[in-house]
Amino acid sequence: MSQKKVTLFQEFLKGIWKENPILVSLLGLCPTLAVTVSAENGLAMGLAATFVVASSSVIVSILRKIIPSQVRIASFIVIIATFVTIADRFLAAYYPDISTNLGPFIPLIIVNCMILGRQEAFASKNNIGRSFLDAFGVGIGFTVVLVLLGGVREILGSGTLFGVEVMWNSFHPWAVMILPPGAFLALGLMIGVSNWLNELGEKK
Amino acid sequence: MNLIIIFISAALINNFVLMQFLGICPFVGVSKKMDSAVSMGLAVTFVMVISAAVTWLIYHLLLVPFDMQILEYVSFILVIASLVQLVEMFIRKVSKPLYDSLGIFLPLITTNCAILGLALISVLKDYSFIESVIFGVGAGVGFTLALVIMAGIREELALAPVPKHFKGAGITMIIAGCLGLAFMGFSGLI
Repeated sequence: MSQKKVTLFQEFLKGIWKENPILVSLLGLCPTLAVTVSAENGLAMGLAATFVVASSSVIVSILRKIIPSQVRIASFIVIIATFVTIADRFLAAYYPDISTNLGPFIPLIIVNCMILGRQEAFASKNNIGRSFLDAFGVGIGFTVVLVLLGGVREILGSGTLFGVEVMWNSFHPWAVMILPPGAFLALGLMIGVSNWLNELGEKK
Repeated sequence: MNLIIIFISAALINNFVLMQFLGICPFVGVSKKMDSAVSMGLAVTFVMVISAAVTWLIYHLLLVPFDMQILEYVSFILVIASLVQLVEMFIRKVSKPLYDSLGIFLPLITTNCAILGLALISVLKDYSFIESVIFGVGAGVGFTLALVIMAGIREELALAPVPKHFKGAGITMIIAGCLGLAFMGFSGLI
C-alpha cells in the first residue's frame, strides 16, 4: 500500500490544510455555519467534534475486522452516536452555558458527514495509531476553521473576540455578520481565499 | 391557527436551510440541476414527515415512560436510518419511475442533518403529535423551496463570469447568503 510511505506526522498534518474537512472537502458544513456566532462557540464545537471523531476512529479501527461490511454504516453511526451522547452529557454537566448556546447542534454531530467520512475512508482500513492521528488531524483542521470563522464573525458582528472588546469605540458592529446570512458570506469568502492561497503555494 | 403558524414558521421564517443551517450538505451537493433538486426535495419532505411522526411516537411512548431519554440520539438515528431503508424499498415496489428519479438521493438522506434536527427540535419545543407532523411538512416544503431556488440560480450561474477562486463552493455560499438575506424579510410575517 502506498499509504505506508506516509509518515505518521504527515498523517496528522494532512487534515489541517491539504484535506481540510471544511475548506477543501466541504464536509460538516451545518455545524460550521450554525455555531460560529462567536469564537468561543466555534472552539467548543470544534473540540467536541474532535473528541467524537478521534474516539470513534479508534473504536472503529479496533472493530474493523469484526464489523460485516453490509452493516458498517449503521454500526459506525451507532458508535458515533454513543460518543456524541458522552460529549453532550459532559458539556451539559460542566459547561451548561455552552451547551445551551450550541443547542441541537451537539447531537447533530452524529450526522456530521466529516466524521462518518473519516470512519468510512480511513479508520475502517487502517490500524489504531494511524486512524487516531488521521482523525485527530481532521478534528484540529475542523476546529481551526471554526475558530477562525467564529472569530471573524464575532469581531465584525459584535466587535469582540472571545468576549473581549477589540474594536475601537466608534466601531459600529455589522449586525448581519452574526445573523445567518453572514455565516454564508463569511464562509464563501474564506473558501475563495483558501483556494487563492493554495494556488499561490503551488506556483512557488 | 397554531398549526398554520408552525407551518409558515418552519417553511419560511425559520427556513431549515437558510436560517437554521440544517441540510447544507445536500443543499450544496444536489443543487446543480433543477430536476435533481426537485426529486431530492420531495424525497426529503417525504422522509421528514414520516420520521417526525415515528420519532415522536418513539420518544413519547417508549423513551419517556421508561425514563431512557439518554438514548434519544442513538434511537433516533437508528429509526431514521431504518426508515430511509424502508421508504426506499417501499418506493421501489410501488412506483418504479419515482424510484429511478430519486436514485442515489434516498440513502443519502440518512446523513441529512435536517431529518435528525427536525426530530430533536420537536422534542425540544415539546410539540404534540399533530404539531410535529405539521412541523415536518413545513420544514420539508422550506427545504424544497430553498433547494429549487438555489438550483435555478446555479443553472444561470454557469454562464456568469465568476472569479476563478470562487468557482463552485465559494460562490454557492455567497449566493446562499444573499438568499438568506431575502428570507429574513419573512421574519415580520407572524
